[in-house]
Amino acid sequence: MERIPILKMGSFLLVTIQVDMHDQLALALQDDLTGRIVRDRAQGVLIDISALDIVDSFIGRMLSNIAGMSRVLDAETVVVGMRPSVAITLVELGLSLPGIRTALDIDRGIELLREARGGEAGINDFEEG
Amino acid sequence: MEKPESMTLKKVEIPLHAQEDIVAARQAVRRLAVEAGLSIIDQTKIVTAASELARNTVVHGRGGTAILETVDEGHRRGVRLTFEDNGPGIPDIELALRDGYTTGAGLGLGLGGAKRLSSEFYIRSEPGEGTRVTIATWKGQR
Repeated sequence: MERIPILKMGSFLLVTIQVDMHDQLALALQDDLTGRIVRDRAQGVLIDISALDIVDSFIGRMLSNIAGMSRVLDAETVVVGMRPSVAITLVELGLSLPGIRTALDIDRGIELLREARGGEAGINDFEEG
Repeated sequence: MEKPESMTLKKVEIPLHAQEDIVAARQAVRRLAVEAGLSIIDQTKIVTAASELARNTVVHGRGGTAILETVDEGHRRGVRLTFEDNGPGIPDIELALRDGYTTGAGLGLGLGGAKRLSSEFYIRSEPGEGTRVTIATWKGQR
């Protein structure tokens, strides 16, 4: 079955959604991510949605679910790269994405995750090899 | 005032039976919205509305059809989308339009959200006979 790849970056997981996801694919990503957070002992999850030209209520719910589940598993989630037109549409749709942290791009997302972790771990592990 | 003549410039029908069809409908709506010259924000709104309505057709309507058109009414041009099914119908439309009301596993934002995201919204539903929702968005006016 088709899957969205999850990359490990130090103590964070990075997901870049580059396809127009059907609902089952979104649900599979949710399941895969929760599994990987535990297996990789991840402290943070970055979800890059800059390639998504829409976020509907189903994908919005998936993002909220991931944020909620990761929090329970002691990891933070940051959604990065939301297009302005998507943000405007989400608000009119009535979705405020409660509990989701957002950042403009991956660099700021990583900063947010590091701050949330008190700067202890994270991308440094990756940069230092 | 004379009623403007509505002319369909292009018409596409998408069968809606499985989840993959929702993706196909989104992509077809995007192509028409670009062709109709809608702004990027209006494109995003109508594609999002279409995604919600297509999912309603598949999940609640037990499958149906999307009829997607670019329309010229002389003084305005835009996109008109119709989603129809022969499913169980909606007994109380007022209630179904209310945010948070859901009979399924969703958020209950689909119908009301689609209404907010389009410039025109019509719904007709009879219990036992199915549901038909039509939305439209015109270039440069909302």
